[in-house]
Parts: sequence; C-alpha cells; structure tokens
Amino acid sequence: MLSHIRSLALVFRHLFRKNITIQYPEEKARLSPRYRGRIILSRDPDGGERCVGCQLCAVVCPVDCIALQAAEDENGRRFPEFFRINFSRCIYCGLCEDACPTYAIQLTPDVEMAEYDRPNLVYEKEDLLISGEGKYPGYNYYKVAGLSIGGKDKGEAENESPPINPKDLMP
Amino acid sequence: MSPTFQNILIAALILFCMLNMAALMIWIERRLLALMQDRLGPNRAGPFGLLVILADMIKIFTKEDWIPPFSDKVVFVLAPAIIMATTLLSFAVIPFAPGIQVIDLNIGLLYVLAMSSIGIYSIVLAGWASNSKYSLLGGLRMSAQMFSYEVFMGLSLLGVVAMAGTFNLREIVDSQQRLWFVVPQFLGFVIFMIAGLAETHRLPADMPEAESELIAGYHAEYSGMKFGMFFVGEYVGVILISSLMVVLFFGGWHGPFLPPLVWFALKLGAFLFFFILCRAAMPRPRYDQFMALGWKVLLPLSLLNVLVTGAIILANT
Repeated sequence: MLSHIRSLALVFRHLFRKNITIQYPEEKARLSPRYRGRIILSRDPDGGERCVGCQLCAVVCPVDCIALQAAEDENGRRFPEFFRINFSRCIYCGLCEDACPTYAIQLTPDVEMAEYDRPNLVYEKEDLLISGEGKYPGYNYYKVAGLSIGGKDKGEAENESPPINPKDLMP
Repeated sequence: MSPTFQNILIAALILFCMLNMAALMIWIERRLLALMQDRLGPNRAGPFGLLVILADMIKIFTKEDWIPPFSDKVVFVLAPAIIMATTLLSFAVIPFAPGIQVIDLNIGLLYVLAMSSIGIYSIVLAGWASNSKYSLLGGLRMSAQMFSYEVFMGLSLLGVVAMAGTFNLREIVDSQQRLWFVVPQFLGFVIFMIAGLAETHRLPADMPEAESELIAGYHAEYSGMKFGMFFVGEYVGVILISSLMVVLFFGGWHGPFLPPLVWFALKLGAFLFFFILCRAAMPRPRYDQFMALGWKVLLPLSLLNVLVTGAIILANT
C-alpha cells in the first residue's frame, strides 16, 4: 500500500523533470565521430584516391552491398573503375572500414539519407568520393607502401631503406 | 423560455460537452502520460498537438468496419452501443452546478449504479458475441471483476447516503456545504476509488483487456467506429466516476470565490488527472490477486464502514 503511494508520488515528480525527447528536425542528436552512418571514400593528402580496388570490402560485406571494379592507371596506381554501394541493403556494420587496408572506405556520422525512390539509394563513386582525408589525415598509402609506382621507385617510401642486392657480399 | 425547451437545451449541452471531453481525454491522456515518462507526447499537429484528436477521429471513422463472419452479428453490433448509451445516460442525474442538471431524480445514486450495472452487459456480450477465445476470456474476467466490485461500490457509498439522508445527488451535494464527505467518509472514498478503477477497467485494473495477456480482451474482434465506441465509452466512464467522486465526496460545486461550474470543472479535472497518474504509475496486478483484494479486504472494510457510520449516526440522534 505504502509502496503504491510512493510510486504515485515518484511518477508525479517526473511531470516536472526535463524531457529527454529531442525534437528531431529542429534539433539534432549529437552523433559521435565514430558513429557508423553514410559511407564515404576518402582521398590522399595529395588528392589522389586512396582506394586501390582490392575487393576486401566487397568480400567482407555481409549483405553484399558493395560492388567495384579495379583498374590501373599509366603510373601503376590501382583505382576503382566504378565503386557502387547500395544503401538500401547496407546495414552499417562497419566491417568494410575494418577490412580496408588503405583507410579509403570510412563510415561517417551522417544518417539523413532518406529517399522517395529506392534506386536513388544506390550511390556511385562520384557520390561516395569526398575531397578530404576523413578520419586519418596525413595518411598516404603509396607513400608508405613498398610498391613501385610511377614517380616513386622501390626504397623511396617513408621509413624504407633502399633495396639491397642479395647477390652482393658487401655489408 | 419554456422549461421543456430549457431542459432539452441543457441535456444537449451536457451530451455535447461530455462527448467532446471524452475526445479531449485522448489528447490529455497521451500528453500527460508522456510528460510523466519524461517524453513530450503528440505535439506536432496543430497547437500543442491538439489536432491529433481530429486525426484520430478521421482514422477511426474511415477504417474498415469489419464484422467477423463467425460472430453473433446482432449482439456484436449492439454491444458497443450499450456501453456508450449507459454511461451517457448516467450523466442525466449528475448535478454540475445549481440548475445545470438534466433530471433531479430522488434516487439519483441508485440510478447511476443501475446504469453502470447495465453497462457490464456491453462487455460481457461483446466478449461472447465475438466468438473467439481471447474475447471470451476478457468478457469473463470483466463480468467477474465488475460483479464483485459492484457489490462494495454500492456499499462504500452507503456511508455517504446515511450521512446525507438521501439518494438525491443534488441534496447530497447540498449537505456537504460545511464539510466535504471525504473527511468523515475517507475509508468509503478510498474503497469507492478502487472500485471505480475496476468499474472503468482503467489501467491498474484493466484485466479484461490486458494487452500483454489477452491482446485486447473483449474488443479484440472490433474495428472501426465500433472499437471507437468502446474507447469513448471508457473515457466517458472515467469522467463519470470522477464526477461521482466530486459530487459524493468533494462537495460538488461548492467552493469559495469562483462560480460553481468552475469549481466542479476544477475538481473533475483533478480526478481525471489522478486517473491518468494511476495509469502511469501502477502495474497491473495478477487477476486472482485483484479478486482476492476485492472479496477479502475491500468488502469487509466497506461493511465495517457502513457499520461504524451507522453506529455513529445512531449515537448522535
């Protein structure tokens, strides 16, 4: 009996509490920088595409919403010929971001991507590519990888010593 | 203005007000429940979200009004009309203010109790005519709950009747000019309140519809406006029980400074608020616990109340 009266009083006091409702279109919830929302493709500090078309994201994607085709330019840099994400299938699990060896594919704290037509949810490479570096500023895959591309030979990458000749006896 | 015309006008006005208040209760309840749960509730359509009532009405009028082929059709259609009719008819004897009363029956209180007894038929018949097991279970629970709580709902009011010396609701209000009956009849008030909750089958006592066990209980097969009638009937019932509490225990329209009708409305509003607070705060008891509370605690208490009140009145005369 007493507990009933106490619960009545408690609920009555809640009338005057601050409401936790966020009135969405006018005020927006704060999403953390690590929130898993709309997927983007980021670029090098130099402006080149980070994506090397390795297919790891497409392979790891549990709903198979990523499709891409790798190509190679005259310098030997690999890039995706097309890169397509079907956001009507995407479950925003973030596995593609984990799998990406070059930090190219990243999830952003943006959730406002509603469309009236389902086909509009299929994003092409032009829609996905951003001009910035996303969450990993300063990272340039080809600058740290040992691969030789046009304008950068083996041994010229950061923290890389020049290649040695295994047939040479000199230390 | 002839008295007949005046009577008809008052009756129509009361009917209009009650139906509108029942509709308004949808909004009030949703907003208040939301505030008590630290939410905001419907606030988009119209000022303060008031147009949500209109939206609800449009929705409920345009929904498919389906009568199940396996049901007992005549009774099925009749059942929701009964609860609306009986609860609205009960308002005929409620004195809102001096002169604002449809009919001044000298057995007003008995009339109200009789009407609420007839109202039970609505739910029992609805549960039976739906011809499905959850509806039947809801109807059975309702009949048992209502019959047992009806018993001491009447008994709890006998103290008031004995002290006022009349069944006439207007005279009961008049005899509370000096002291509200809630002070000498506090036990009766508490018992009446619990019985009123059970009568209106509002949330702490909504075993007949119990969403988590019976889906919707007796109105599981109803749709469209027939369901709406049950809905409105429930809200009108809440207003009825609240106004009965005001009339019988809280001095009706009596109060200083403000006009009588305003006092009545204020007290009525407080009780409507209390009903919603109960819904927000209390869990639904188990069905057998609720019945045990009725028969083993409240019935003896109300009998004791009648006995002690009678003894004191006898000793004073």
